[in-house]
Amino acid sequence: MTAKRIYDWVDERLGLSELVAFARHKTVPVHSQSFWYYWGGISLFFFLVQCFTGVLLLVYYRPGAEAYESVRQITFVMHFGWLIRSAHAWSASLMIFSVFTHMFSVFFMKAYRKPREFGWLSGLALLGLALGFGFSGYLLPMDELSYFATKVGLEIPSSIPWIGAIAANLLRGGPDVGEFTVQRFFALHVVVLPAIFLPLLGFHLWLVQRHGNATPPREEAKPAAERKTMPFFPNFMRKDLAMWLISLNILALLASVFPWSLGKPYDPLAPAPLGIHPEWYFMSPFEMLKLVGMVFSSKYAALGEAVGIALFTTGIVLWVLIPFYDNTRESGQRGRAANYFGLLVIFALLFTTIVGYWTIR
Amino acid sequence: MSEETKLPANIVEESGERNTRRAFLAAAGVAGAAYIAALAYPIYRYLASPEEMAMNATQIKEVTLKDAQKQPKGSVLMFKFGTAPALLIHHLDDSWIALTAVCTHLGCTVQYEVQADRIHCACHGGVYNAYTGANVSGPPPRPLKLFKVVSVNESGVVISRA
Repeated sequence: MTAKRIYDWVDERLGLSELVAFARHKTVPVHSQSFWYYWGGISLFFFLVQCFTGVLLLVYYRPGAEAYESVRQITFVMHFGWLIRSAHAWSASLMIFSVFTHMFSVFFMKAYRKPREFGWLSGLALLGLALGFGFSGYLLPMDELSYFATKVGLEIPSSIPWIGAIAANLLRGGPDVGEFTVQRFFALHVVVLPAIFLPLLGFHLWLVQRHGNATPPREEAKPAAERKTMPFFPNFMRKDLAMWLISLNILALLASVFPWSLGKPYDPLAPAPLGIHPEWYFMSPFEMLKLVGMVFSSKYAALGEAVGIALFTTGIVLWVLIPFYDNTRESGQRGRAANYFGLLVIFALLFTTIVGYWTIR
Repeated sequence: MSEETKLPANIVEESGERNTRRAFLAAAGVAGAAYIAALAYPIYRYLASPEEMAMNATQIKEVTLKDAQKQPKGSVLMFKFGTAPALLIHHLDDSWIALTAVCTHLGCTVQYEVQADRIHCACHGGVYNAYTGANVSGPPPRPLKLFKVVSVNESGVVISRA
């Protein structure tokens, strides 16, 4: 009775029952490809894990000159610090992986078509920011590996004519990677990127509520009566939460069985260690640039790099603009060209990543 | 449902079912609590690490203050005993007194005043005796704890818990 009165009091002021009614009417399509609907939620889950473990790391992390020492302290002195750090690093990889899975499922389901163009664009922006999180976070321990990864990573934009060098120097805080770099990467990683990411994520999620789940063209071709749905609340949400639990278990397993290592402290005078390579999600562009560069002789190496970047940029622009040239929404329109494009992109990503890892030794 | 429950056999079966359901829910509850505890325990220990480190520091039995013997009469030296600040007073009568510098009222750090030959807390005006640590006036409810000055020798001053 009292509970009801409290509920009514709050409801009168906040309109909870509208929310409940909304949740009750929200449905999720059921078909052979329904499995892919979980991946946005899984990405969100890993993002929440990142926020949580990130705040925990923030408790002891000190950017600047003490960066390495503080990470060493977190890893070896604080109880379970190694686990928190390992969870943050693993969850970053798992988040990027689920975002990629989510993106490709959206791509092949043609879920970017009208009216979901903004969903596609905001999602890609979120992916770009997630990669920015990955790149900036990777430097923060300031060990050998992160030092050289950042050094090499920032060499790539510096080959862009005119603005490249300026941008790279601004990011580095000078001509070399050092204390200034880690300080500003820290500011990017914990203040600037979250400040952009969170509202964009809100927008992205709001769009999902507004338009609902997209169905693949084959499903859309069916008459409305033949399409099956399930209520979001509680049916789909229960499954979503089960997925989150599975994700958490996988993360806990990876983080505890394969703890993230900490290398030697960075030394600007030391030579790069053998087998140095970027994180797996940066391997593909890294390798693509290398491959294109190899086509050109050393005399035209600079040209090769520019061509590589131009090709890569063209690919990304085509990818971003897909809703505007693959926009036919007549039922059954499969858009084969787009499918082939998607397969080509997957193939290129996998191929260059594999080649990249193959040629490390 | 209501018709079926009239049959005695079904009542037995249903209560059995209820028992297994209850057992299942209890087991699920225990498992869930264990799961949450397994997540919360490392996080708690991680956050509590500095506290444990401080606890280790407070278990110190003795400190040696190098060159503290050179301190002139009628002066004070602030030092750390474990994690808390402490005072080493070399009185005008050549006696050495060491005591904690944490006011027993609200934890401010107290100071030795040579002219008045007393220990004073600036926060709320508490006054302590500079030889015994006894609370003389003001709000402090208890005296300051004395440490034992074990020895004053060539190399320094050794102080231990009383």
